[in-house]
Amino acid sequence: MPNRTTNGHPPPTTVSPDAIAVDEADGREAPDSDDGALLAASSTEEPAVVITGIVGRLGRRLARRMHRDRRVIGIDRRPFEGRPKDIEHYQIDIRRKKTRDVFRSTRISAVVHLGVMHDPRASAADHHTWNVAGFQKILEYVALYQIPKIVLLSSANVYGPRPDNPQFLSEDAPLLGGAAFSEIRDLVEVDMLAQSFFWKHPEIETVILRPVHIVGTVRNAPSNYLRLNVIPTLLGFDPMVQVIHEEDLVHAIGLALKPSVRGIFNLAGPPPAPLSRIVKTTGRPTVPIPHALAAPMLAPLWRLRMASFPVPELDHVRYVCMVDDRRARATLGYAPTRSLEESVRAVSEGLWD
Amino acid sequence: MDPARQLVRLGDFARKDGLPFARNLMRRARGALDGVASTLLGRELEERLRRVSHELAPHGVDPFGWDPDYARYVIAAATALSRSYFRTVVSGIDHLPTGRVILVSNHSGQIPLDGVIIAISVFLEANPPRIVRAMVEKWSQTLPFISTFFAKCGQVVGVPENAALILQRGEPLLVFPEGTRGLAKTFQHRYELTDFGLGFMRLALATDTPILPVAVIGAEEQYISVANLRSIAKTLHMPSFPIIPQLFLPGGALPLPTRYRIQFGDPLHFRGDPDDDDAVIEEKVWVVKATIQSMLNRGLMERKSLFF
Repeated sequence: MPNRTTNGHPPPTTVSPDAIAVDEADGREAPDSDDGALLAASSTEEPAVVITGIVGRLGRRLARRMHRDRRVIGIDRRPFEGRPKDIEHYQIDIRRKKTRDVFRSTRISAVVHLGVMHDPRASAADHHTWNVAGFQKILEYVALYQIPKIVLLSSANVYGPRPDNPQFLSEDAPLLGGAAFSEIRDLVEVDMLAQSFFWKHPEIETVILRPVHIVGTVRNAPSNYLRLNVIPTLLGFDPMVQVIHEEDLVHAIGLALKPSVRGIFNLAGPPPAPLSRIVKTTGRPTVPIPHALAAPMLAPLWRLRMASFPVPELDHVRYVCMVDDRRARATLGYAPTRSLEESVRAVSEGLWD
Repeated sequence: MDPARQLVRLGDFARKDGLPFARNLMRRARGALDGVASTLLGRELEERLRRVSHELAPHGVDPFGWDPDYARYVIAAATALSRSYFRTVVSGIDHLPTGRVILVSNHSGQIPLDGVIIAISVFLEANPPRIVRAMVEKWSQTLPFISTFFAKCGQVVGVPENAALILQRGEPLLVFPEGTRGLAKTFQHRYELTDFGLGFMRLALATDTPILPVAVIGAEEQYISVANLRSIAKTLHMPSFPIIPQLFLPGGALPLPTRYRIQFGDPLHFRGDPDDDDAVIEEKVWVVKATIQSMLNRGLMERKSLFF
């Protein structure tokens, strides 16, 4: 979108419905029906929870769980099909100015940022600006409109699987995930942005969640790996692995939204198990491949789009990257409810919806 | 016949006859191995393993990857090595406290068999049986099979966080403060302790953990090293380069069947600031070192024969 802010950014205290109307009228896109809801928002309304990336499978689950108890607003550049009626959805790119209007015109009690992109196929530039510039915008709005809480869904991948990892990484461990895997560097950067925001704005409750491999109906690398018809492993390597069921994660996000919760929390699911046991639970056949062959084999397959895992992700089936979730258990009162078998089996459920 | 059809036939053969045959073979091999392990272990040892695994790994494996189903074979092999080959004599095992403890031992013998024998002795003799954890080199995690082997035997990567976690869980941690300096000693310096590292004492002070001195006699003579060529070791990036004449004899690759004598001393308790100056920590470390040295000296005096 070209810059259409000739009328400037009015400070939040002087927002009038007119200003929004002008802003909206300026928009090049045909105003859709959702804009009506935007204008109708008033300060007497119940404050809403904004979920970015709501259309993802995790976002939908979170929205379904929350929308009966509180007002939920979704922001995603994808259309929200099958949206429950009481969820407002804005189909906009978080990098664009329209996102600001949502924040300006609505009373918001919390922002849950699920809209972190991790797609190694995406162009590096798009990946970087989406994650870093997009999240920076969100933080800017949260500070500007004094939204009391922001929850970032980061990941335990920011620590990275490494041969010299302690068995369980605490929240203070260095974020070295990008050392061997450059595509993950902007995820580390997003986590760091949230950390510095935590110190810059002590009046805002910043929560960073770092879950281990999320499994379930989600379309992420670990779930896709467990969905392969034949699961390749590395010959002679069998690291201990933690997984978390998506429902447990959704529950943890709910706990993080409670007032006065702030800080960084590692999240883990059931007790860890060797990768071989987890793969065995899926009931699928495995092929152990010597590491010396695996990397040279995977590189061309990845380039030819015949494999959906880039080479650095091999480290996840080679080294440990497990977290210590004692802080989440003590402070959030989080406890996983799904067993390992249940979590792993969830990847093949609901495949076709 | 066209090659495609032949390939299909071959595939059919592999699936119908080859696979079941291979599976059968595997099952028999595993059955035989189970049998050997059970005979070696005996009922008493099975009971010990069951007790340990009930405590450590109610979900099948413990958080560090210790796997009783895998460890049983290693335990069987180590038991054979300790009881039949080295004919280990263990004394003072009653000194082992029930909670967390750091076992500090002299290190010798060119390859770290002393660690294996200490661990298996604690498993076989202590009541209740316990699994001793040692810290392995980080670099070993990059090696296939070896990384898995260590993890399944309950050995952990050598980083301070892991040591602290083991003690927090109330488990015994085995430390060789001499490191490779002790391991690579030449024969003329046998049973002379080299410099001790200070890390174990800082850990003990920080976690308020008792230290159990352990003296291993017999390991020094398993490989007789006449010299350690440091410059070659450095060029080859090896920790040491010992000259061991027996390696040139037939069967000399095996260690000499010396009798191992393992003595567990009285637990030592230390108090103080773990972040104190090296000089202060060194004094405490010196107490441990002197205790082990005197245990060694006494043990050597009482020893009548190297092999019996």
